Amino acid sequence: MEGLVTPLTTRVEAGSETGRIVLAGRVDRDGDAALAKAYREATAAGATALDLDFADVAYINSTGIALVVRLLAEARRDGRTVRATGLSDHYREIFRITRLSDFMTIVGDVPGGER
Amino acid sequence: MTFIQSLRRTVGLGGRSAPEPDAPSEPDEGASAGEAQADGVPAEPGAPAGSTGIGPVEIAPDDPLLALLQSTDGVIDVDRATLDSPALEALRAQGIAVIVPLVAQGELVGALYLGERLSEQDYSTDDRRLLASLAARTAPAIRVAQLVREQATEVAARERLEQELQVATLIQQQFLPRSLPDLADWQVAAYYGPARAVGGDFYDFIELPDGRIGVVVGDVTDKGVPAALVMARTHSVLRAEAPRLIEPGAVLARANHILCEEMPANMFVTCLYGVLEPSTGRFVFANAGHNLPYRRSGGSVDELRATGMPLGLLPGMAYEEAEAVVEAGQGLLLYSDGFVEAHSPDGEMYGFPQLRDAYGAFDGDTGSDLVDHLLDGLQAFTGSGWEQEDDLTLVALRRSGGTGFTDVDEVAGAEEADAATAGETAGRGERSLLDLEIPGAIGNERLAMDRVAEAVASLGLPADRLERLKTAVSEAAMNAIEHGSQGRPDVPIRVHVTATDESLRVRIADLGLSGAIPLGTSEVPDLEAKLAGEQTPRGWGLFLIEQMVDELGVEQTDEGQAVVLTLHLKGGS
Repeated sequence: MEGLVTPLTTRVEAGSETGRIVLAGRVDRDGDAALAKAYREATAAGATALDLDFADVAYINSTGIALVVRLLAEARRDGRTVRATGLSDHYREIFRITRLSDFMTIVGDVPGGER
Repeated sequence: MTFIQSLRRTVGLGGRSAPEPDAPSEPDEGASAGEAQADGVPAEPGAPAGSTGIGPVEIAPDDPLLALLQSTDGVIDVDRATLDSPALEALRAQGIAVIVPLVAQGELVGALYLGERLSEQDYSTDDRRLLASLAARTAPAIRVAQLVREQATEVAARERLEQELQVATLIQQQFLPRSLPDLADWQVAAYYGPARAVGGDFYDFIELPDGRIGVVVGDVTDKGVPAALVMARTHSVLRAEAPRLIEPGAVLARANHILCEEMPANMFVTCLYGVLEPSTGRFVFANAGHNLPYRRSGGSVDELRATGMPLGLLPGMAYEEAEAVVEAGQGLLLYSDGFVEAHSPDGEMYGFPQLRDAYGAFDGDTGSDLVDHLLDGLQAFTGSGWEQEDDLTLVALRRSGGTGFTDVDEVAGAEEADAATAGETAGRGERSLLDLEIPGAIGNERLAMDRVAEAVASLGLPADRLERLKTAVSEAAMNAIEHGSQGRPDVPIRVHVTATDESLRVRIADLGLSGAIPLGTSEVPDLEAKLAGEQTPRGWGLFLIEQMVDELGVEQTDEGQAVVLTLHLKGGS
């Protein structure tokens, strides 16, 4: 995963029940607009659940955590549940110690972040 | 009874300011009187006024009567007014016949309420003209009275503030040493100059067993009474713990433990605590985020380094101890940031280099000469019209006799002390793995992270430990770039990685363009509040760093600040 430090890009799958955002690159403040846009698109069809796929994410820092917090806050206001998939062990730990995992389901066991 | 007599007896007066509670009304027999009070403040009852007395009348801010009063030039007949106004109804119920607004410079300052004329005749045109004229003359006088009252309130507030400052000063001075220690072959001098707003500086000398002496210089964030109280508490804790625990690292760790539980939000204490053995010049010290002390020999000055978090910020902190020997002829200088953060008329900061140079340039004999020399240097920089921004504190110790420097040795930190072989120092066998300057451009924190990861590859850290280190380095470097370099590529940060068999240290230093590195608070970020939109979603940096490494320290340097991240390599978490 080293070297995969391009700014955040997203691919969106908008479902009527579950929307899905596949994230790639790095999750930090540079990804602000991309993530906000992806959220709007992924939920446009009225999905009540949202999956965030982090399998292609190489780097998350505190400003990226802030983006996730903001997305989560918006989803909660909209009455949507959020799940995170594909997190590496390290970022699973970070989601745990920041308590993000108390407010979103962390799915799957991806040792070392390898898919 | 003439109209004037009637008027004198029936006028009630109210204004925008709250009435003086002790201002006596002067009831006239048979009069009816009342007051209008704007902005929803209930009016004081007017004169008791016999059978037609008027009770309190409140005009709510949204009552249409207010708008009518503000827009009417002349007399308002209560019976003819057709407003849906609770206040008007209340006045009508109390027998008020006319209202005369009092307007000064376009602002409603009160109103006259008049009941029926005692003759029971309507108010005539002349009456109304007279009332309007009276209102026009009265309103400015009332406005002036209101301004006088407001000014008196301001003066009282200022006096209260002055009184608070006096209290803070008293507390502060109560806890400063009344005398300096008398040490054979040592000169000791101290200076404390409170700023007008009274900061939280303090210094102390604590007698310890075997003739040793504890030396303290500290600084509480914030000013005024809260800072003085925290200073007093810190002083007491150090006084209680120092003779019992002796070791500076243990004393600061204990003080931190106690203060973390008691510290008001957003306050903390920086503190340098050292134990001096006068007979040998041995000075063992630990640092809770305070400015590093200087040691002087002839014209040379070196900085004595030890790192640790300020007191009261994060629980469970360990404090690294370092040791220096002050040989005969050498001196020590401990000081507060009020010195180095003083500004010239041009806005330039005095800074560490100037203080260090001034200390090196001193060629006098006594401690008080040194204090004068340093203060003179500062005053020459700030100019004579300088209003002192923060407390100034200096503690200087000088050992009589010869010259020469002895290197600073870092001794094992508190958590490692048991494991370390007696007498072995963590400073021994330290090797540099990376010493790198990185342009202070936003995003370069990832460069710092990658370079550190490469540099420590030879240590064979477990994958999870390496990931933790990378996150901590990235966060600390981002902080240094954002605050120390303000994102300017021409203002670099410096990353220095060293390792011993026991520990790995990454020191990330900045040039302090924005002053102090924001440390945040010891509290775990409140995710619920962030999710509820009550707090910014940011604010995770320090928390993450603290969670990722075994030790986190902050150093004040000549140029700015440095964050020191430590991973234990043996038995680390």
